[in-house]
Amino acid sequence: MTPYPSIVAVRFKMLLQYRAAAWAGFTTQLFWGFIKVMVFAAFFASTTAVQPMSFEQVLVYVWLGQALLALLPWNVDQELAEQIRSGGVAYELLRPLDLYGYWFARTLAFRAAPASLRMLPMLFVTLLVLPLVGLDDWALPLPPDWQSAVCFCLAVAGMLALSTAFTMIMHIALMWTISGEGFNRLMPGIVPVFAGLIIPLPLFPDWLQPFLYWQPFRGMADVPFRIYSGHIPVADVPLELLNQWLWFLVLVVFGYWLLNRARRQLVVQGG
Amino acid sequence: MGPLAVVSDALGLYCRLIAQSIRSQLQYRFSFVLMALGSFVTSVVEAIGVWALFERFGSLGQWTLPQVAFLYGLVNSAFPVAEALARGFDLFGKEFVKTGNFDRLLVRPRSTVLQLAGHEFTLHRIGRLLQGLAVLGWAIWMLDIDWNPARFALLIFTLVSGVVFFYALFIFQATISFWTTESLEMMNTLTYGGVETAQYPLAIYRRWFRRFFTFVVPLGCISYFPALAILGITDPLGSSLLWQVLAPLAGFLFFGLALFTWRVGIRHYTSTGS
Repeated sequence: MTPYPSIVAVRFKMLLQYRAAAWAGFTTQLFWGFIKVMVFAAFFASTTAVQPMSFEQVLVYVWLGQALLALLPWNVDQELAEQIRSGGVAYELLRPLDLYGYWFARTLAFRAAPASLRMLPMLFVTLLVLPLVGLDDWALPLPPDWQSAVCFCLAVAGMLALSTAFTMIMHIALMWTISGEGFNRLMPGIVPVFAGLIIPLPLFPDWLQPFLYWQPFRGMADVPFRIYSGHIPVADVPLELLNQWLWFLVLVVFGYWLLNRARRQLVVQGG
Repeated sequence: MGPLAVVSDALGLYCRLIAQSIRSQLQYRFSFVLMALGSFVTSVVEAIGVWALFERFGSLGQWTLPQVAFLYGLVNSAFPVAEALARGFDLFGKEFVKTGNFDRLLVRPRSTVLQLAGHEFTLHRIGRLLQGLAVLGWAIWMLDIDWNPARFALLIFTLVSGVVFFYALFIFQATISFWTTESLEMMNTLTYGGVETAQYPLAIYRRWFRRFFTFVVPLGCISYFPALAILGITDPLGSSLLWQVLAPLAGFLFFGLALFTWRVGIRHYTSTGS
């Protein structure tokens, strides 16, 4: 048996301990979702023109965005960052493991654990509680059919893979200390726009759509969310999934190359 | 010492602490530029979102893009200043209560508020400030406002009360950690969430939400209401001009309340020890 699945399992269990942070994150994101829903409701109320997305499809987009926010590559694993900063990375290089594979396993758990803690209460509240308290016009709608629901689950797997591969690049960038930190500081600004979390990608002006199509971040939010709401029809799903995994491949190959370069120029600090 | 001498002495010390903090941050110049750039990009992105929505929907009820940009600019100019100045309170739970470091502040012959206020001046927030001011400037240029001294004074008054209001939120956040030990991440809904809320006219939100952000946490009083008076828009919610002009006072009252609860909080403080 290879050690990588056990690394994922161990880190995942460890990260599930941070429940207080998850609760705080959950309330923050629920509140954030309410603001967004009210803003979109007001925008939809002020036009009669047909929009590229219906209000229900935007609702799906907003709530899934809040539920799966922690899955997006906007931050780095502080423990890993500290290892790189302190020179502890030297020990990592001594392990009889492939460094990319080892870090990928850690990063996968780092992305998946907080997200799964926050996702369940968010889905519970937005699917079931909101209709009960009389806010049914704000609630998360169900997928239009079971095929969309299944495709959504497949797309979330791709979303996790893509997101992990990109977080890996952020981790590897830290080996160039200051410029790496600078790069990572820009990500919380850049990733959410291109993924569609600031506003749904189809609502951007039409002339921007081709640019928004050819980039890896849309597979991290836009694609799965639109599959859920049926905005991407089931017939188009195979192509979209293929697209996700092709970008995954590109990011992994790039990350591998970057890590090899980083190892060659690595100066371990400390004595 | 007379009361005046006490105040000027405290102010002098405060300025020295701030100057010290700025100098130390500028030691790592490259790092500072990158952080300021990060702060700039993160806020530009939100502005792009607002712009794209107007491109798509044309208007937000009776509101146009420059009018909403004015609200956006107001709150995004006030917030980063408060965020930079109130860093000591923002970090308070994590760096002072949890570690027990607050004990050291208590034995010094200066007020805790002064020491925390002077703890750090986070210079890289200038990235968001520049972006906020740029949007505010663009909005004013587009809007063709009938400027007179009273309107201009109201604009400055609103901006200052905005800074004071957000500063008060950070003091509340710090005060809560006397009871919870750790900083409460939930307060982010009021600080960052408040900024997000105030970027759009208060009138678009539901009634319970509007009431909360007017009478409990007076966010609307430092953005929406005075903005109506400056822009000369009739309020769909029906507020009077007198209310709109006096509303920013609520920011100062809120600050007074924050200082008062801070004093109550200190009496409840028990050190984490060791």
